[in-house]
Amino acid sequence: MINGYLRADGRKGIRNVIVVAYLVECGHHVAREIAQPFRDQGVHVIGFPGCFPNAYAERMMRSLTTHPNVGGALLISLGCESFNGRDLKAHITESGRPGELMIIQRDGGTRSTIEAGRAWIEQTLADLGNTPRADIKPAELVIGTICGGSDATSGLAANPAMGRAFDMLVDLGATCIFEETGELIGCEGYMAERAVTPELGQAIIDSVAKAHRHYHTLGHASISPGNAEGGLTTIEEKSMGAYAKSGAAPISGLLKPGDQPPGGGLYLLDMVPDGDVRFGFPSINDTEEVGELIACGAHVVLFSTGRGSVVGSAISPVIKVCGNPETFARLWDDMDIDAGRILEGEATLDEVGEEIRNMVLAVAQGTETNSEALGHQEFCMKYKRFEPIGPECLPV
Amino acid sequence: MAIGNSDDPRLLRLSPQDNVVVLIQSVSQGECLSLNGQDLVMAADMGLGHKLALQSLAVGDTVIKYGAPIGSITQPVAAGEHVHNHNLKSDYIANYSEDDPYEADLKVEPAS
Repeated sequence: MINGYLRADGRKGIRNVIVVAYLVECGHHVAREIAQPFRDQGVHVIGFPGCFPNAYAERMMRSLTTHPNVGGALLISLGCESFNGRDLKAHITESGRPGELMIIQRDGGTRSTIEAGRAWIEQTLADLGNTPRADIKPAELVIGTICGGSDATSGLAANPAMGRAFDMLVDLGATCIFEETGELIGCEGYMAERAVTPELGQAIIDSVAKAHRHYHTLGHASISPGNAEGGLTTIEEKSMGAYAKSGAAPISGLLKPGDQPPGGGLYLLDMVPDGDVRFGFPSINDTEEVGELIACGAHVVLFSTGRGSVVGSAISPVIKVCGNPETFARLWDDMDIDAGRILEGEATLDEVGEEIRNMVLAVAQGTETNSEALGHQEFCMKYKRFEPIGPECLPV
Repeated sequence: MAIGNSDDPRLLRLSPQDNVVVLIQSVSQGECLSLNGQDLVMAADMGLGHKLALQSLAVGDTVIKYGAPIGSITQPVAAGEHVHNHNLKSDYIANYSEDDPYEADLKVEPAS
């Protein structure tokens, strides 16, 4: 049994984080300075850099500031940006979490806002020490998965092993989310066959077609020079490797960023914006996708890599699964799981899958991941636009 | 997704339907591999993850990996030949292009 943190809204977290959230880039420095003395005490900086209004950003921020791993949130506004900080603060306090909004232009500028912010953090940290604890069953966990810095080993070792772990976690009743429809181009027919209803299957096919249109309009595939040097040639090939991380469970639903999965099972997260291509690439980096998985409630994120990503995340721990033995030898202290042993004939996919499942449960119980221990707290959000999901996306 | 080794432990055939195998170790120029019972002397160094044709392939043939189509052949390929951007194209969207104007900025040293 996992000893978690019980929030006033009934949600249960595996970490007790305070987020300092800037509501426009102009507040970023102040937010970073407020958090800096507390960086080893679970105070993480998130934020949205844009000055113009964006419903997606406001929805993401509502999900993130009331995430189960978050115990309180301090909002840093410059004062003249479009983001509605008062509504966000109300949303946080209505969830029973301590929340505060500081406005730099109103509160006397950089120095005094930093001082006031640090005082608020000190008080809130002390209060969070009394957060009630509660047992968390594995069935209550939400686990996301992503791949980044991929090479051919991602699709040969790390992703199939994560897929086995996903199958084991779904068997325990947990909620598992995979994503990046732009990296699943060519797999849509296989995925649709796994959907729990034909209507969901069609929604999955449509979401991949949307991703295809989006990348086609931008004239780029989701294939990087590093992928090509690692032996990956086509998007379909990379897709099959990425697809392997979904395991073999039926697909229970299709989510968009900020949607909370209604129950256990396997879900696909569609992170490609709806409508015309407006704001550039669907996701500009892995960190943006990790943030979207967390906004869907992920307590922990499994991150497979071949060439060697080192990122972690704000709010939720990231477990790195490395498929490439050569990369593991160089970056071993960034990596949590050595899935390259599969290629060296030292372990089977099932054995590494079990190791990953056990690591998820240990991290939920408080074990630090390597990226947590190294202080990684990346966060990135930019403009997007989504229509709400239809009833066909969550049939159960 | 069944994983079976070919007759050479350095090569992995991911699915019985596949017409390519994958190198699971880096190999050097001049090194000898065994493919379909035939000796294959490597013409160049090649990194882990790269694909070799298991049989000769004609222009327009579909390449199968993981038991699934991953693109079409654009140049005749002999058995044992390297299959990559120079002879395989996506049936969906463009491969990573070496003519990309940003390529110099993006260039990454190969894993060694």
